[in-house]
Amino acid sequence: MVRTLMVCLLALIATTAGAQEPGPLRLTISDPNVEPMPIAVPVFIAETPDAAALAAQITDVATNDLTGTALFRLIPREAYLARPASVDAAPDLAAWRAINADKLIVGAVATLPDGRLAVKFRLWDVATGQEDGAGLQFAGSAAEWRRLGHKLADEVYTRITGEGPYFDSRIVFVAESGPRGARVKRLAIMDQDGANLRFLTDGRDLVLTPRFDPTSQRIVFLSYASGQPRVHLMDLATGTRTELETLPGMTFAPRFSPDGSRVVMSLTQGGNTDIYVVPLGSRPRIRLTDSPAIDTAPSFSPDGSRIVFESDRGGSQQLYVMPANGGEAQRISFGPGRYAGPVWSPRGDWIAFTKLLGGRFYIGVMRPDGSDERLLTASYIDEGPTWAPNGRVLMFFRDLGGPNAVPVLMSVDLTGRNLRRVPTDQPGSDPAWSPLLD
Amino acid sequence: MIHRASSLLLAALALAACSGAPDDRTAPVATPAPGTAAIPADSVQYFNTIIGDRVFFAFDSSALDAIAQDTLRRQAEWLIANPAVTAVIEGHADERGTRDYNLALGARRANAVFQFLVGQGVEPTRLRTVSYGKERPEALCSNESCWSQNRRAVTVLAGAPLS
Repeated sequence: MVRTLMVCLLALIATTAGAQEPGPLRLTISDPNVEPMPIAVPVFIAETPDAAALAAQITDVATNDLTGTALFRLIPREAYLARPASVDAAPDLAAWRAINADKLIVGAVATLPDGRLAVKFRLWDVATGQEDGAGLQFAGSAAEWRRLGHKLADEVYTRITGEGPYFDSRIVFVAESGPRGARVKRLAIMDQDGANLRFLTDGRDLVLTPRFDPTSQRIVFLSYASGQPRVHLMDLATGTRTELETLPGMTFAPRFSPDGSRVVMSLTQGGNTDIYVVPLGSRPRIRLTDSPAIDTAPSFSPDGSRIVFESDRGGSQQLYVMPANGGEAQRISFGPGRYAGPVWSPRGDWIAFTKLLGGRFYIGVMRPDGSDERLLTASYIDEGPTWAPNGRVLMFFRDLGGPNAVPVLMSVDLTGRNLRRVPTDQPGSDPAWSPLLD
Repeated sequence: MIHRASSLLLAALALAACSGAPDDRTAPVATPAPGTAAIPADSVQYFNTIIGDRVFFAFDSSALDAIAQDTLRRQAEWLIANPAVTAVIEGHADERGTRDYNLALGARRANAVFQFLVGQGVEPTRLRTVSYGKERPEALCSNESCWSQNRRAVTVLAGAPLS
């Protein structure tokens, strides 16, 4: 099979090399007015008879990931003039040009002798007739078949946009039920697209603000289990749960350091709130701020050298950046209104925040030096942004207010386009995006 | 004790009468409903309805205004008169702040009440504070009539008969 692929590839290069054709089509997602790219995705071929149902479902998972970005548009399958018989054969590109497809994904699914599932695909640039990157195969347990679709979509997205992958990731959030005055809040986890929801806590104790370790499948969150708000650590693989810090008082607003070795958080004693770094392990905690103001919502830069946080030390909530070991803080937010909950992008290029102005809440971004402020969304309450692993999409929660309002999860591109509801079975708040799965 | 409580009540009535502008946030001290005489003065019900279990705050503030201070003086006298009772002071915020900030603001409010009660002579070991931020609204609409009821600190008793 490898030989067949090689032969096809060489033949195509021979026919196109002399013509000085442009390279394969690329999307630049920093352009807020980008037109969705038309793609053709025939239902994946079942290479073993028992894979037919999953082949169709995996096709849907991958297609929904891609079209959900609004960067791609699926050409309806009824319009297709050809049906690929094999991943290994060169497709009839004229048939795909005729329906104005820019890209063609040909995929196949097979059950392997050991029971695992294999998905392979080739991406074709229809205009040039070139294969866009090499054919690729993923294998995984049949129980995790959706992840194979996400990995395929990640590969396609990355090749065409040049941005990092993010579809094969998960969301931990606070699932809410019950009336507004007596909400039951449970930690829940689901795939990035809303599938495979399961609960991590039983709702007996109030839980808030889960945040992922960028290096592993661990979270920190706030729990009232002891009667006091305290930061807890949970290993998602084992379900093991521990209280993180033994200082008396309220601990909250936790976030991991980029290397996963420390947690930065707020501690309130005697009504005053400051920021501390708590190493996981036996090393002592380090106090980073010491002011009578509310210093909270700390977030590390991805290189670990700085921390952005909010403080009302100047009279109202504003954003400040300080060295990761404490020291002098520089204010970076200067627009009208109050700024809260800053979160440094995993790429380091932007800081997302919640802004309060004129009775409305906004999700916005600014550069780490405070320049280029952009507001992406607005409503009665838009709060708590979390970054996709590639730093190009944000998720947050929205609450429209009123006695019967319930919060929902929303996502939006860094450019402000493609604002959409994230499907959840029940109301949700405080989303936290996981790192990319292995 | 009943004698002491009724003199307290009179003092509260006098204060309420002198305080000028009507304020719907004051605890219901001014007009005890018929039958309140039957409420035991050492009960949670008496504390919650006659003394007043809560104080209210201005937007984004933890300052205790004159009305709040009056309520807390009554709370302190009651707590000193009932030394076996302990209390949790819950600090709350309205929904117009972010989650983390409101937890810190609720802690500031609970601490302001704690400091005031201790200043009035209540043993600090009898008091504990907890912040609920914007997690436990009392009033559910999304305008000032509800927000003003939610910006509160509530003194929740333990160890007293309920009624």
